[in-house]
Amino acid sequence: MTQVRVLAGTRKGAFVLTSDGKREKWSIAGPHFGGWEIYHLKGSPANPDRLYASQNTGWFGQLIQRSDDGGASWQPTGNDFSYVGDPGTHLWYDGTQRPWEFKRIWHLEPSASDPDTVYAGAEDAALFKSVDGGVTWSELTGLRLHSSAPGWQPGAGGLCVHTIILQEPRMFVAISAAGTFRSDDGGVTWQPVNRGLHSQGIPDEDAEVGHCVHHVEAHPSRPDTLFMQKHWDVMRSDDGGLSWTEVSGNLPTDFGFPIGVHPHEQETIYVVPITSDSLHYPPDGRLRVWRSRSGGYEWEELSAGLPERDCYVNVYRDAMAVDTLDQCGVYFGTTGGQVYASADAGDSWAPIVRDLPAVLSVEVQVLP
Amino acid sequence: MTSQGTEVRVVLPAHLRNLAGVRGEVLVSVPPGALTQRAVVDAIEARFPPLCGTIRDRQTGRRRAFIRFYCCEQDLSNEPPDAPLPASVASAIAAGTEPFLVVGAMAGG
Repeated sequence: MTQVRVLAGTRKGAFVLTSDGKREKWSIAGPHFGGWEIYHLKGSPANPDRLYASQNTGWFGQLIQRSDDGGASWQPTGNDFSYVGDPGTHLWYDGTQRPWEFKRIWHLEPSASDPDTVYAGAEDAALFKSVDGGVTWSELTGLRLHSSAPGWQPGAGGLCVHTIILQEPRMFVAISAAGTFRSDDGGVTWQPVNRGLHSQGIPDEDAEVGHCVHHVEAHPSRPDTLFMQKHWDVMRSDDGGLSWTEVSGNLPTDFGFPIGVHPHEQETIYVVPITSDSLHYPPDGRLRVWRSRSGGYEWEELSAGLPERDCYVNVYRDAMAVDTLDQCGVYFGTTGGQVYASADAGDSWAPIVRDLPAVLSVEVQVLP
Repeated sequence: MTSQGTEVRVVLPAHLRNLAGVRGEVLVSVPPGALTQRAVVDAIEARFPPLCGTIRDRQTGRRRAFIRFYCCEQDLSNEPPDAPLPASVASAIAAGTEPFLVVGAMAGG
């Protein structure tokens, strides 16, 4: 029987939520790593029972946990995320240069073909790769040593690699607040791909580097098309990131963090509009997902089952996911600890769970 | 200086006990030589490899900011890691009458 597994990383632990293919009744396991921040956990497409989790606190630093049984048990793997050589410096908020300093792993992206290969996006911005199931990590230095890197400045959340898209050997990463970068050689060399982005918060609004990209997604069967939720603006690219066009259309606000792409419909995308960069909650206290079936420009409000009033949560950049069932499921988690699910591509919603710690990330797996 | 090594009682904070898979105090073997902060933490990491990086920063080797080292009601946190522990502390540790405490600093959360 088909099983659906939702992986929720929260401010105080990880939770594994499971259901059958109807996605109506859910069982909840956790917290795993109670008390630790779990920025992200994700399963291997090549072996869905192989999960990786990023575990961190300000007290005890960074750990990576691995499960080989779908999250029932975990073991710590390697946590040596050493920058290669002299780490150099990047721009700090006060205009001075500050040395690169490892803080945490924001995002883990397992390879589609090898369960032992996984990539990790770090703060301060760098990309690491493991080919032994997370035991050892090597930095792909081409990103951090890009000629523009000394000019990268942290976003409010830090100077972090928060998005990794694998189209091996092509890869994309997104960095707050540097922008989107593309590699065509497995992460050895990188080029910024931000043409068409405009950001009012930087001195040169259409600079090649310096944009606060919040999240990027690609449709698996059309890899040249990318969708981006930027600090402000929803964007799309149809040429592998070489140029971008704004598709915010009739959204009530185009500020937000996550963006999702329907697994079967290449032009169907989802965002969660947030009031503004200074008001990180939904407009008018009404939590809404907006869906476009035309790849942007035209958006429809999805409200059935979502809070109608007095809702002032946020939805973080990695806290939305879609499953691959024929009737696509869409999931997102909030800073209020709710995980909402739709089993009908967004037409209607219900909370799977209401009172978790603040949700940092949501991923979903469909198990045969 | 010790010529035969020292069995040191160590109290870890709850999160690190969970990570190490232990309950209560643990015993670690510090090899012969001066009894220092570094020698004790080296011994902790040798016995419990998952704790590498959780007490000291992986890159700098320095004590993590919110970790404290206490023994005999003294705060040893800011002492040089290679300095021999004070004689009274070292003798109490060597005699097994006092544990070496690794403490998560009170800092909210």
